[in-house]
Amino acid sequence: MADPMRIRAASKDGVVNVKVLMSHEMETGQRKDAAGKVVPAHFIQSVSATWQGKVVLTAQWGPAVSKNPFLEFNFKGGQKGDKIQLTWTDNKGDKRTDEAAIN
Amino acid sequence: MNQTRRDVLKTSSGASVLALLAAAGFVIPGPAVAADWNKAAFEVKTVPEAFKALGAGAPATSADIIMKAPDIAENGAVVPIGIESKIPGTESIVVLIEKNPNPLAAAFDIPAGTETTVTTRVKMGETSNVYALVKANGKYFVAKKEIKVTLGGCGG
Repeated sequence: MADPMRIRAASKDGVVNVKVLMSHEMETGQRKDAAGKVVPAHFIQSVSATWQGKVVLTAQWGPAVSKNPFLEFNFKGGQKGDKIQLTWTDNKGDKRTDEAAIN
Repeated sequence: MNQTRRDVLKTSSGASVLALLAAAGFVIPGPAVAADWNKAAFEVKTVPEAFKALGAGAPATSADIIMKAPDIAENGAVVPIGIESKIPGTESIVVLIEKNPNPLAAAFDIPAGTETTVTTRVKMGETSNVYALVKANGKYFVAKKEIKVTLGGCGG
């Protein structure tokens, strides 16, 4: 459904820096369209990141996270070439999982 | 003959509505989403209520929580906020924006092995205090910073 996430994972001194840019409308449910109707909320509710089957970060988001959300975090232990997976689920039940190799 | 055909049409359309609902996340994935998403905490309207809904009560102010955020955000729709907790045993980091319609913006759970720093971007409706709530060893700590917004990010 949604466009793929852009994931950059870079390993330095045993710490992996992960930057993720997701593609999502993040509609708050507060906004009205030109006809004065409320635009229904549509936003990512939960995000999780795993590395080799181990969860390295989970997040719960509200509609106050910006459109096309950005997320950055660091975790220890990843090696170059390892895969990291990101999954999000939105309030309509849409899901998306993407993976990237650490470099 | 016609009667049967109608019945068949009725039942099949009923079934496809159910299938659509399931596909849209109302039937099958719905409870799973609701289970991990703290609806009560995301829907309250004030910071103290959000603290209560998160089980934080009245958190202690801490100087070991560092917020990297601009003093003045030109565009309230995209306010970069980085939070670093230097408190040992940090388990979660929560971002709350006092004057947004629902203050709770994002909550991060940090397992062992992940550094206690997260950066994201949030929307701010107007100039407001931003709170960073940290849970460490079962205790809650908070830091706040006022961010001035020249152009609101809600209501577009």
